Amino acid sequence: MAQFGFTGRRRPPRDDLPPGQYDVGTEWPVLTAEVTPQIDPQRWTMSVDGLVEHPTTWSWDEMHALPPSVYEGPIHCVTTWSKFGTTFEGVSVDVLLDAAAPTAEASHVLATSTTGYTTNLPLEHVRGGQAWVVWSFDGKPLTHDHGGPVRLLVPHLYFWKSAKWVTRLTLLDHDQHGFWERNGYHDLGDPWREQRYQGD
Amino acid sequence: MRAPTAGPWRSATVREVAHPHPHGVVLRLEVPDRVDHLPGQHYVLRLRAEDGYTATRSYSLASAPSDPLVELYVEELPDGEVSPYLAQAIQPGDQLEVRGPVGGWFVWDADGPALGLAGGSGVVPLVAMLRHAVDVGRPELLRLAVAARTLDRLPYAEELTAAGALVALSQEVSAQGRAAGRLLAAEVAPLLDDAATCFVCGSAPFAAGASDLLVGLGVDVGRVRVERFGASG
Repeated sequence: MAQFGFTGRRRPPRDDLPPGQYDVGTEWPVLTAEVTPQIDPQRWTMSVDGLVEHPTTWSWDEMHALPPSVYEGPIHCVTTWSKFGTTFEGVSVDVLLDAAAPTAEASHVLATSTTGYTTNLPLEHVRGGQAWVVWSFDGKPLTHDHGGPVRLLVPHLYFWKSAKWVTRLTLLDHDQHGFWERNGYHDLGDPWREQRYQGD
Repeated sequence: MRAPTAGPWRSATVREVAHPHPHGVVLRLEVPDRVDHLPGQHYVLRLRAEDGYTATRSYSLASAPSDPLVELYVEELPDGEVSPYLAQAIQPGDQLEVRGPVGGWFVWDADGPALGLAGGSGVVPLVAMLRHAVDVGRPELLRLAVAARTLDRLPYAEELTAAGALVALSQEVSAQGRAAGRLLAAEVAPLLDDAATCFVCGSAPFAAGASDLLVGLGVDVGRVRVERFGASG
């Protein structure tokens, strides 16, 4: 079914734009469900717990002493915007998981924010250089609106999986729905398969 | 209360089109096999060009679940890709692809006291809540404070005013004689109820300001639900 006279605003086609998405350009929309918390980095901690050999908590300074890692590339929001050419700096989730040593039963991760926001991820989707905990965007500290001081970054999945104000990764032996997943959004959220809502 | 989820794409028929003021359009759609929504949920709408190009956007529902039609309010953004087409070209009888209802957090089922703070087109989900509260005979559960630059930037202004909403216009004196100016904490404080869930909806700057206002008044952040749209620096 086409709408007569609708042509849309054509952008140059690009291979790295998932189906149903558009290039938002230099904008970076903010979508949140909660009051934006103001977090003092010196009081913030990051923990990996659950099914791990060595539950570990890092302070802000300890996180920054870990080997740094950079992500350069696009991010994709379920509300159909994609943003290209982003640069985030932080630490690879692999480094945190290696330190905590997930047990053999661990199959999923539940990320939790200071606000209580949660989101679920299969372990295999945060392993192998696919996920980061980041504190800088385009060379500047990540703003509170965008999850600062620290957010999760899982750029190959829709961006609600990249939990803002992340403070905890909990290893589980099953998939446990997070905040948006309980509210109708997809368990995995792969933009290339348009996994927006439950059942997609 | 379990919010219904998106379901498949459906072909809706436009039954009514209204232009209540210069900046937006009200579309009333007949949706086959429609699933009842909860006030605060939204629909996804997809426009398709002759060559298959598509553009998809989300719009809040203004209608109560009891309404036989689905009502969406679309603010016309001058440089928008989709909203100018919806505002200017859509006619009764046209078909539109829709999916919904979506969202399960920013919802209210008239099951407890609620306070709504909204700016501009952010009032739309609160209108659905208001209509639902009236439907179920519990209008006293919902208190509303809404803000816009001018009255013609406030969708559903008459309905909100008639329902007793506090209307704050930043650039004109209101019909009630309120001086031009932003929504103030002193105005919102009397509307607070310790048990109320607070719904904040509007642009990113409005939502940030309204959230700060509520927190400044001592509202627990766990009672504040936010829906914000647009960019931030």
